[in-house]
Amino acid sequence: MSRGSPLRAVRALPWSGKIGLVLVIFWVAIAVVGRFIAPYPPGAFVSYEVFAGASGQFWFGSDFLGRDVLSRLLVGAQFTVGLSAIAVTIAVSLGTGLALTAAVGPRWLDELLSRAMDTLISIPSKIFALVLVAAFGSSIVLLTIVVSITYVPGNFRIARSLAVGLTRLDYVEVARARGEGRIYIALIEMLPNMIRPLLADIGLRFVFIVLLLSGLSFLGLGLQPPDADLGSLVRENVSGLGVGALAILVPAAAIASLTVGVNLLIDAATQGKVK
Amino acid sequence: MKSPSHVEVRNLAVTVRGPDGRPLRIVDDVSFDVARGEVLALIGESGSGKTTIALSLMGYGRGGAAISGRIRVGDATLDGAGSASLARQRGRRITYVAQSAAAAFNPARRVIDQVMEPALIHRTESAKAARARAIDLFRALALPNPETIGSRYPHELSGGQLQRLMAAMALITQPDLVIFDEPTTALDVTTQVGVLQAFRRVVRQQGATGVYVSHDLAVVAQMADQILVLNRGRVREHNHVGALLEAPMDDYTQLLIAAAHPVVKAQARTPAKPEPLLEIAGVSAGYGPIDREGRPAHPVLSDVSLTIGRGAAVGVIGESGSGKSTVARVVAGLLAPASGAVTLAGEPLAPTVAGRTREQLRRVQIVFQNADVALNPAHSVGDILGRVLRFYHDLRGAEAQRRVAELLDLIRLPAAVAGRRCDELSGGQKQRVNLARALAAKPDIILCDEVTSALDTVVRGAILDLLAELRRDLGVAYLFISHDIATVKALCDEVVVLYKGTRVESGRRDTYDTSPFHPYTDLLISSVPELRPGWLADESVQSAAPLAHQPESTELCRFLRRCPVAIPGRCDVAPPPLRTMSAGNVVLCHRTEAELIG
Repeated sequence: MSRGSPLRAVRALPWSGKIGLVLVIFWVAIAVVGRFIAPYPPGAFVSYEVFAGASGQFWFGSDFLGRDVLSRLLVGAQFTVGLSAIAVTIAVSLGTGLALTAAVGPRWLDELLSRAMDTLISIPSKIFALVLVAAFGSSIVLLTIVVSITYVPGNFRIARSLAVGLTRLDYVEVARARGEGRIYIALIEMLPNMIRPLLADIGLRFVFIVLLLSGLSFLGLGLQPPDADLGSLVRENVSGLGVGALAILVPAAAIASLTVGVNLLIDAATQGKVK
Repeated sequence: MKSPSHVEVRNLAVTVRGPDGRPLRIVDDVSFDVARGEVLALIGESGSGKTTIALSLMGYGRGGAAISGRIRVGDATLDGAGSASLARQRGRRITYVAQSAAAAFNPARRVIDQVMEPALIHRTESAKAARARAIDLFRALALPNPETIGSRYPHELSGGQLQRLMAAMALITQPDLVIFDEPTTALDVTTQVGVLQAFRRVVRQQGATGVYVSHDLAVVAQMADQILVLNRGRVREHNHVGALLEAPMDDYTQLLIAAAHPVVKAQARTPAKPEPLLEIAGVSAGYGPIDREGRPAHPVLSDVSLTIGRGAAVGVIGESGSGKSTVARVVAGLLAPASGAVTLAGEPLAPTVAGRTREQLRRVQIVFQNADVALNPAHSVGDILGRVLRFYHDLRGAEAQRRVAELLDLIRLPAAVAGRRCDELSGGQKQRVNLARALAAKPDIILCDEVTSALDTVVRGAILDLLAELRRDLGVAYLFISHDIATVKALCDEVVVLYKGTRVESGRRDTYDTSPFHPYTDLLISSVPELRPGWLADESVQSAAPLAHQPESTELCRFLRRCPVAIPGRCDVAPPPLRTMSAGNVVLCHRTEAELIG
């Protein structure tokens, strides 16, 4: 990480990173203001024609019930970006936090945490989410928790292997010989040196979460109508696939551009300036 | 085309892209010739461009480096204008011996297959002839059991043996030019002598032409016919070995020669009988689970005792694996001893950091060898020093900043360095910051673990001077760990020699000037190359140890299997006694003082 101005950091990005940055900023902006700039209420039936093509009135046409696709997309992006961002934050904080605890803590704790994570990772993520949603019913809070927990073990494994490698380094030994506490060693000596690979992991996990949420919505177990995220938009309009309706192509393209953008940005940000 | 010189380099320049994107010339206008059968040495500090020049002789530029100028080796030239281009000659007519043979061998294949590989790839010989040639080379390189050693795997061989095998690999195609890139730098001194002797003999025997890259003048003096002194990519001096060493013309060469024998200017005055500060009594330590008798599974130290007075400097020397770093780790509380005690100014210290008070921790500071990994790359110099000040002295804000500036002044760095991160500093500067971090605690004793080993000779001299000044001005004591007896003797008043975790000799610095020594100390001292061309030839081949076949035993003398003067019937029956010599040094040996001199 360079400590220069953010503008300098942006200029140092390769062109792929700049494209990623533009895409990410675009989607974050849509997530924030989408609800306010949507031309119609997302649930309103505004067109008499279903799966209409693009027109001046409905830029991205209408969906299977004659609702405005643009408005539904603008509102849906909020759920996809917001929920995924919250879930990835929870997953990475938990995973990395536990990994650092395992690395600096006593050996039995490391063993306990690692085996617990192995157990969790052995459960297929989609089945795990399906069972919980089926048992407790779908709600935004439950969805966030389920998706977060699903991605804790993966992050834990990566962060733990990074942290264990660092505990043998001389600067950590020096801190230990100085008498520093475990929390200081974990947070001040070790964490800053794990950021780069962790960022790459966060990017990957964000994409997984977007895809898992979309997948759950596609199966009808994600957000429940009338709310809709990008995944549910694809699912509900699946019958338009045969006629090549914009109502299904646009949300699918939206998911793709969001995930590709995040990855381009993170790749560029973590690769640069490695000596 | 008949030319007197075999290798010809004219106006060589290598340009890379600097960190700011502008071209940076790392080698500038270098010209030299090497006649067939001669060895030319490239010498200089790190960053002087010596390896870059050696690699460009193979037509190879690292990471986007642009090579310009004219290079000719035999009939191959850089631009391919001769009968073949340089790059195509790699591995066949031009070969390379790298610094770390341990990293250069494939651990999954037998060594002879790897040694023969160049001959087979380039089809210079049949497999049978190549195998015979490899065994001849093993014999010429004085490898043990030349007939069978090739069927071993790399992990079954020592570092010195692997380095010789790598030379065999380089020589198997009977190349026009062999490039030796610091081939003995990673070896212990005692191993280095044998490897150098083997290299020298094989180079003479094969009539090979060589370029020998090194930072060590004394090593180069044994190997080369001519020396090229480099500094910042430019030639400072070029002459025959004898002339260059006897009458160096350039001031930089003079500096290098002077730095080969470290002499510390600021000598601290220690009272004849200083009060003991740190006492290590009968410490045994190791790794792995501890058995019922209190011995760890992998013992490293056995029954080591030493005392360091207030303001004194005690050196610990030994080769790798002697347990010298473990001494520092035990004292610092990073490794709990299996038995024995460490006492600081009369107070017993708890076995590990967790049991010690913050005041006790403050008084003992440790400095590690490699400043690159000892300083956290995520923190600035100011953060690193400031943390120690806050931790031990509760200094914050402006007061801490002032103290950081003072510390930087103490280690001769500008105060502006506080805002920089460690990866922006040079090796010597990093090592100074590494020292300053220990000084920030205002310790009574600093444990220096090989702090000068990773540095160039000139920088090493400056760090040693700094250490001596700090000792004189602040009265701090040192436990100075090193593998280099010259460095230890320059700084320390007392020296302890460790061999396989056992203290075999201890005494004042001057007792190491003349015999009697322990046979191992003798070996250590005589293995350090001297700065004169004939030294290696005079140095007799290490005489064989009479009791080399003895099984390893912790009860007997640990040096038994390597000792050239071991006495059958005496050394292999009982543990050696501690003898005090008339000069005052204490030696753990069966031989009496008179026998050790003789």
